[in-house]
Amino acid sequence: MIKLQVNSKSYSVDASPQMPLLWVLRDMLGLTGTKFGCGMAQCGACTVHLNGEAVRSCVTPVARAANQQVTTIEGLSTDLTHPLQKAWLAEDVLQCGYCQSGQLMSAAVLLRENPNPTDDDIDKAMSGNICRCGTYPRVRKAIHLAAQMQKEGGKL
Amino acid sequence: MSTTFDMNRRKFLRTTTVFAGGLLIPFMVPASARRMAKLGTGAVDDSAVVFAPNAYLGIGRDNTVHIILAHVEMGQGAWTTLPMLIADELDCDWKKIRVEHAPPDVPYFHTAFGLQITGGSSTTWSEFDRYRQAGATARALLVTAAAQRLGVAPETCSTADGYVIAGDKKLSYGELADAAAKQPPPANVPLKPASEWKYIGKGAKRLDTPEKINGQAKFGMDVQFPGLLTALVLRSPVFGGKVKSFDASKTKMIPGVRQVVKVPSGVAVIADHFWAAKQGREALKVEWDIDPALVIDSKGMWDDYRKVANTKGSVAAKAGDVAGTLPKATSVIDAEYLLPYLAHAPMEPLNCTVKITGDKCEIWTGTQWPGVEQNNAAKILGFKPEQVTVNTVFLGGGFGRRATGSSDFVTEAVEVAKASGKAVKTVWTREDDIRGGYYRPAFMHRVHIGLDADKKPIAWQHSIVGQSIMAGTPFEGGVKDGIDPASVEGVNDSPYMAVVPNHLVELHSPKNKVPVLWWRSVGHTHTAFVMETLIDELAHAAGQDPVAYRRALLQKHPRHLSALNLAVEKSGWGTPLPAGRYRGVAVHESFGSTVAQVAEISIDKGTLHVHRITCAIDCGLAVNPDGVAAQMESGIIFGLTALLYGEITLEKGRVQQRNFHDYRILRMHETPVISVHIAPSTEKMGGAGEPGVPPVAPAIVNAIFAATGKRIRSLPIQPVDLAGNA
Repeated sequence: MIKLQVNSKSYSVDASPQMPLLWVLRDMLGLTGTKFGCGMAQCGACTVHLNGEAVRSCVTPVARAANQQVTTIEGLSTDLTHPLQKAWLAEDVLQCGYCQSGQLMSAAVLLRENPNPTDDDIDKAMSGNICRCGTYPRVRKAIHLAAQMQKEGGKL
Repeated sequence: MSTTFDMNRRKFLRTTTVFAGGLLIPFMVPASARRMAKLGTGAVDDSAVVFAPNAYLGIGRDNTVHIILAHVEMGQGAWTTLPMLIADELDCDWKKIRVEHAPPDVPYFHTAFGLQITGGSSTTWSEFDRYRQAGATARALLVTAAAQRLGVAPETCSTADGYVIAGDKKLSYGELADAAAKQPPPANVPLKPASEWKYIGKGAKRLDTPEKINGQAKFGMDVQFPGLLTALVLRSPVFGGKVKSFDASKTKMIPGVRQVVKVPSGVAVIADHFWAAKQGREALKVEWDIDPALVIDSKGMWDDYRKVANTKGSVAAKAGDVAGTLPKATSVIDAEYLLPYLAHAPMEPLNCTVKITGDKCEIWTGTQWPGVEQNNAAKILGFKPEQVTVNTVFLGGGFGRRATGSSDFVTEAVEVAKASGKAVKTVWTREDDIRGGYYRPAFMHRVHIGLDADKKPIAWQHSIVGQSIMAGTPFEGGVKDGIDPASVEGVNDSPYMAVVPNHLVELHSPKNKVPVLWWRSVGHTHTAFVMETLIDELAHAAGQDPVAYRRALLQKHPRHLSALNLAVEKSGWGTPLPAGRYRGVAVHESFGSTVAQVAEISIDKGTLHVHRITCAIDCGLAVNPDGVAAQMESGIIFGLTALLYGEITLEKGRVQQRNFHDYRILRMHETPVISVHIAPSTEKMGGAGEPGVPPVAPAIVNAIFAATGKRIRSLPIQPVDLAGNA
């Protein structure tokens, strides 16, 4: 059994240590917000936080997450109050939405590490996340807006 | 123009028995009552529908307005735009709206295409009257019910935000729902004038955002229930190959693998979860029966197409005497275009969940046409369509891939469930998706344009070679006299062709086993590229500004001109650019809308930088302007991806690409600044989902010509294309 903390809840799973964290989250814990897009760390749809760092869960063996803190999209906020979620709502960012969990989880690390990102900073942090609908211009705009809101104490 | 395509699609649908029946859509239908009755059962929930005046909306006692979508949400915004149409007539509280996809049923048939489909950039224009009418009818019944209760004349009542108001009294729609349900349906309810619209033409925030930013939205991939297993299918490495034999002994040793079954498309490994199924599939050994005649490679295919291009084809357009005029030309532009196979690659890999219980089958999937899936699934099971329930969940992108005539990913999943006797979710990996076919067909265009001494085109000979999307599918009826309209749209009906006195457009539709399909903007994906780069070439040959040259040819096409002029104005066309920057332009009509784009680029050490795309659209009334803008942004990035990276190639019958590292998708840092401008227009409403795609590649390639003096006729762009004078 492998123990892990996901969104501050404790779980024990009977999984092979090599099983990617993505499939443990989705198929064993029922946390389907984290998405499968490529299976080889190319698209970022499966991005989660492992001890606060953005990782591609599709290539992260669950053993690496044993006894560690995992945060998924379901744990970003419980009530859509994360500045990024508010900004996503305000800018009508998403289209099909399938990649957006990953976009948000990547953006959340960026915003924490760099409260005032430039366009170049956003390019560097977000170029690992593919969006087939092409929401990039709005993702960029929303990250800037979220940074602004964060500065102003979360107000829109 | 796409209308031709749509017309043909419609004609076909009327002449086939596959989707027989229900072509006339009664507004009030018993089916709606059935549908809503189902929603309203177990009425503990106050939101349950008690008032269902039609198949498109229902109201609960707690003021909840349920809106049932005849079209599916795949990113394009139907989840928000159709409710806007209802809300403007119903005057409901926007916050009380709950949206769901319709099941396959007659009331949800497309108002123009005759079957239940989301495609052809048609949702908004095709539902503009039906969904407004649905809202207006409901409002009339609520007003009548309120007037009776309050003892006033209905004419003295007004409505706002989910209330009927009469003087100082007001009643909520929820309070009135039971009484409204007892009213007889009204006749001829008038629709509001445009001046009273609150949402139409103005917009509303997307209704699907909250659940898509907190992990709660359910895509097909997210369907789970107790006992559900996951299957991965090992398919033939060559299209058309069949399983000769297989050895699953190692597969069955993988923990979590439950069953291995042969299905028509290959061998399915069924397991407790995706990971076990994937490992099991990797351990599977299959011997394939591959007909050598099916083994093609891309290079050989172009050689074959070249030979065919020089022979006589089916005539798609003809005027004057091309053969007699070409020899008289003082110069000739001789161009060969090669446009490759393209995969749709929606972010959500294909998947379909199937549960067969006795004489019932339940399906959960993201599909652009649930009724087609229902019919095809029923056929496999020997069921009647009504024995098959299709639950349409959110689509993680469609772009045409989730609408195949064969229902490939649905029928395969049904076969897996049938063969195994289990409830199974069949999941495709990204590799399965990239290699699984149903591509935009590869196309060759061979063009000879004869110019007179004044550099005016006097003869235009145009030969198109590429697989028919409709041939060999249930849509074959759309092919008339050898012409699949989806292969030639944008060339045979081009306004440029019409002004060349001698022209001939011929089509060849060779057959092979590579499955092909509509791909966002269909024929226009290749025809706009060919036509808009050739027109640019003609402008340069004539020594004219590319915009001025187009304007002169488009004088009888006001929508082309309005889009072109707006894009030109907003882009600063003709004004000086920083050193090393170049502009290119393109304008193209598709799906009832005309879009012009101006690209601004530079080339630095052999690397192309697309800095800016200025886009203008004439789509008639823009019901949801920001939604139109989002679709233009989306289409531009989709088209730019294809221009830079899009290519599926075959070697010895095997697809050579497999995932996003070798079938690349544009990323954030490569995305240009995009500005979208909507031309004020009272013209007929057109679409938005697709028309943004066609102009971007030619606009950029025309800008590259301005930089390098070289014409690019083969996509995707190669490094050698960018070497030049820049």
